[in-house]
Amino acid sequence: MIPSPFEYERATSVANAIELLSQGGEDSRLLAGGHSLLPLMRLRLARPSLLVDIGRIDDLRYITSEGDHVVVGAMTTHHELADSRELGEACPLLAATARQIGDPQVRHRGTIGGSVAHADPASDLPAALLALDAEIVIEGADGSRSVAAADFFQGPFMSDLRDGELLSAIRVPVTRGGASYLKFQRRAQDWAIVGVAAVVESEGGAISRAAIGLTNMGGTPVRAGAVEEALVGAGDETSIAGAAARVDELDPPPGDDQATPAFRSHLASVLIRRAVASAMA
Amino acid sequence: MATAEKTATRYVGGGVLRKEDPTLLTGQGTFVESITVPGMLHAAFVRSPYGSAEITGVDTSAASAAPGVVAVFSGEDLADEWAAGLPMAWPVTDDIRIPDHWPVAKDTVRHVGEAVAVVVAGTRAQAADAAELVVVDYDERPAVVDIESARADGAPKVHEQYENNDSYTWTLTNGDVDAAFAKADVIVKERYTQPRLIPNAIEPRAVLVRPTPAASDYTVWSTTQIPHIAKVLFALTAGIPESKVRVIAPDVGGGFGSKLNIYAEEIACLVLARRLGAPIKWVAARSEDYVATIHGRDQIQHIELAADAEGKILGYRANIFANMGAYLQLVAPGVPLLGAFLFCGTYGGEAYHFECTGVFTNTTPTDAYRGAGRPEATFAIERAIDTLAREIGVDPAEIRRRNFLPKGEMVQSPGGLAFDSTDYEANLDRALEILDYDAVRAEQAARRSSGSSRLLGVGFSTYVEMCGLAPSQVLGSLNYGAGGWDAATVRMLPTGQAEVVTGTSPHGQGHVTAWSQIAADALGVPYEDVLVLHGDTQVAPHGMNTYGSRSLSVGGIAVHNACGRVVDKARRIAAHLLEVSPEDLEFEAGTFSVKGVPDRTKTIQEVAYAAWTAHALPEGEEPGLTAHHVFDPPNFTFPFGTHICVVEIDTETGEVEIVRYLAVDDCGNVVNPQIVDGQVHGGVAQGIAAALFEEASYAEDGTLETSSMLNYLVPSAAEMPAFELDRTVTPSNSNPMGVKGIGEAGTIASTPAVANAAIDALSHLGITDLEIPLTPLRVWSAIQDAKGGAT
Repeated sequence: MIPSPFEYERATSVANAIELLSQGGEDSRLLAGGHSLLPLMRLRLARPSLLVDIGRIDDLRYITSEGDHVVVGAMTTHHELADSRELGEACPLLAATARQIGDPQVRHRGTIGGSVAHADPASDLPAALLALDAEIVIEGADGSRSVAAADFFQGPFMSDLRDGELLSAIRVPVTRGGASYLKFQRRAQDWAIVGVAAVVESEGGAISRAAIGLTNMGGTPVRAGAVEEALVGAGDETSIAGAAARVDELDPPPGDDQATPAFRSHLASVLIRRAVASAMA
Repeated sequence: MATAEKTATRYVGGGVLRKEDPTLLTGQGTFVESITVPGMLHAAFVRSPYGSAEITGVDTSAASAAPGVVAVFSGEDLADEWAAGLPMAWPVTDDIRIPDHWPVAKDTVRHVGEAVAVVVAGTRAQAADAAELVVVDYDERPAVVDIESARADGAPKVHEQYENNDSYTWTLTNGDVDAAFAKADVIVKERYTQPRLIPNAIEPRAVLVRPTPAASDYTVWSTTQIPHIAKVLFALTAGIPESKVRVIAPDVGGGFGSKLNIYAEEIACLVLARRLGAPIKWVAARSEDYVATIHGRDQIQHIELAADAEGKILGYRANIFANMGAYLQLVAPGVPLLGAFLFCGTYGGEAYHFECTGVFTNTTPTDAYRGAGRPEATFAIERAIDTLAREIGVDPAEIRRRNFLPKGEMVQSPGGLAFDSTDYEANLDRALEILDYDAVRAEQAARRSSGSSRLLGVGFSTYVEMCGLAPSQVLGSLNYGAGGWDAATVRMLPTGQAEVVTGTSPHGQGHVTAWSQIAADALGVPYEDVLVLHGDTQVAPHGMNTYGSRSLSVGGIAVHNACGRVVDKARRIAAHLLEVSPEDLEFEAGTFSVKGVPDRTKTIQEVAYAAWTAHALPEGEEPGLTAHHVFDPPNFTFPFGTHICVVEIDTETGEVEIVRYLAVDDCGNVVNPQIVDGQVHGGVAQGIAAALFEEASYAEDGTLETSSMLNYLVPSAAEMPAFELDRTVTPSNSNPMGVKGIGEAGTIASTPAVANAAIDALSHLGITDLEIPLTPLRVWSAIQDAKGGAT
């Protein structure tokens, strides 16, 4: 309930945030919406020496089009993603996923940058970004770099983000075809037991391309390659179900009190089938 | 005053808005956490991370040197402070084992979360920081966390001084049970588990003790349901004269029984305030509440029904094992006894046997949680009677109809109690009519025959519960350590308002509203003119407080009767003023008028003023218009009803979704329909939570695995269906208002309705049993097993 003592600085700009981080040393942490970090601090599971609050850097809060990409600033809240007509048209998966995160309070405080940087395999947005072939834009003392989502997530709560760096934006290609995010959870505000992000392009009732990202099916968000391949050419319920069942070929997912690995795989196949059908509808 | 135009307003039964809400909903409530007194220090407790361990050393030196720290104490340091261990007030048998339970452990810890040291510092954060610096050395021992392991041969002993982990065995027998079973055509034998539940009142516990060293007295603000009982037990446990202890329960954010207790932190803060001569405050974190506030349920139940070929029940056997946790909290041994009379539900029969064994384990102690013993009993009988229906091939509604106790008053139940008023069949009929039962069954059949992956099921719970605790003599016969009465004082103020002083201690129920309705009607004053005082032992000196759905049917009756005494006295004074005899007066809507001379009147407000000035009172009449009443009920009240749950089960995921939830309750006469509906909503939600979501689990070493709301699944409104509510009204004869309790009925009724519905949905697959909570994994696995592993 009471965090251990820490220092607090409010950054005025991206450059200022990076400078404050470097001054604060390795126990410095960025504070975005606070919905992942603060609960850990309250339980003293996280004990940063310095919090650099980037919540008031308005330059990081935007949704904009750049040719065939949409760029989303890191401090854009889940609510803003869900509420953006522009994003809803250009990248409906991202908006649909954001709409299902947590509860209204969480969506109004939590940010896409904070969620992605936290790299929780049970979070919804990482799987969507994986299915969307998104790029993660990172600022550091030495300038800017960009990493594919597939390379960014490296393990549970581990990413390519290095000490002193700040995740500044997400770049997503404009979506062709339909999309859907479905998750299975016990309570509306829970993390997903399994989540499925699906992007599907089809021609004449048959799938021509599918991208499937999975939430909470491993230590990182997982791209279901075997399922994607099998979905090409599928169209009716039986063929889609057959392709979805190939989720079995992935590395076994984790087990916990809500789902054994076998049940989790089974749920993933059910949800893939439903998400693909929904994306094609 | 325009008395002639005054109409006889009836507040009781009407839909007045709650008086409490403007204050609470605008954040102007006064909770313990928000009270600050000068010089206040903050306590933080160091707690055991082990389920079972010997304390081999406590090093407080680093913590003592930390910023802001005033003092650090181990259990050994405080050993001489306690006059007694934490109290246990319900020794249900003569040979019950009652272990010492020290507020801060001296040498042994027996559950995770047991306090081993306490830090006192200038701020809450300083206390929390320093608590981390207390170094406790433990010698860990094997733990035992579940009932059956604790009763196995060679199980680790929770208390070394006893030969095993049993605390007591209590039995109850009515009639010749063996004979009933010997002649039965059908015998149903079932085993059910009642998961351990964590109460989760919205306000975590907190306590603030302010000493007045010069006067040797203590004011204790606590998040308690029982300020009056606490006052007695604080005094006895801390060794302070009762007259020197004042207990205040300010606004309290829910309890559900979890604040019907005497806790280590309350006593510890009291003795720390005495030792340090300074005010001491402690506020629990939610995670601390999870290990240091009582849990509920946690039983294993064996129930047997003996029935004839038509399904008419002849006899009952219930043998249950109740997990007490590591120690016996205030009324824990008695909790199963509150269910002991209800394993036969609303049904008849010739014979009944009940047996309960309380078992120690290395877990947080259990105690009364909303329904306390009655949800467990109701679950068992309502599940078992469905099994009986399946065995003889009749509809679950029909099996209940065949077994209902008759309509009547003081109806003898096989469990041994006389139910105040019964009319079960009419209540069931009402529910079936609202449900459109035949249509639901037709839809169920259609889904099954079409091979739908969304199966439908209907579940019943035709419950009865016993509440309105309780006739003091009956409590005495059960070895309970207190009475069951409650008290009220009603005062008319000189300017015409009424003050009602109640011994109940509301913590969300709405007593201020309901007591105002009762008093306004009885005194004939406006609802707005009634002030209800409660929760401070110096303001309301007499009371037995709030638990067991007792407040209205005991404390509310005391208010009603005290008002009657005020009116009696007012009548005498009014008669004197009007120069007639009291019998010549009529009293209506607050006005006394002379029979046959309606323009000769005195209002009760005028009488109140006259009683205050005392210029012209009848001979021998005392000044003032005040009366006191203590009501000791002649019987419990026995609310009943029919709850019907309709579920859809997604056979692909195992998810159980409640598509309809219908509750037709009968709590006798209703004082405030909105409050009753709210109690049913909340109660049903908690019962659904037990059926679908909540289950505290322990690792074998005694670690509470479900240590936060992340994985202890308290549902939200989003997981609840829209409730369909209706009522029948069968007035109680246990009190003059004909009221029964409603605070726990929803929780008692709902869990088996949901479980029965899920089993009903899957019964055609051969599934006859599902453990609660009905997690998707459990339900999906049961479907897989039933299908022989095919997906």
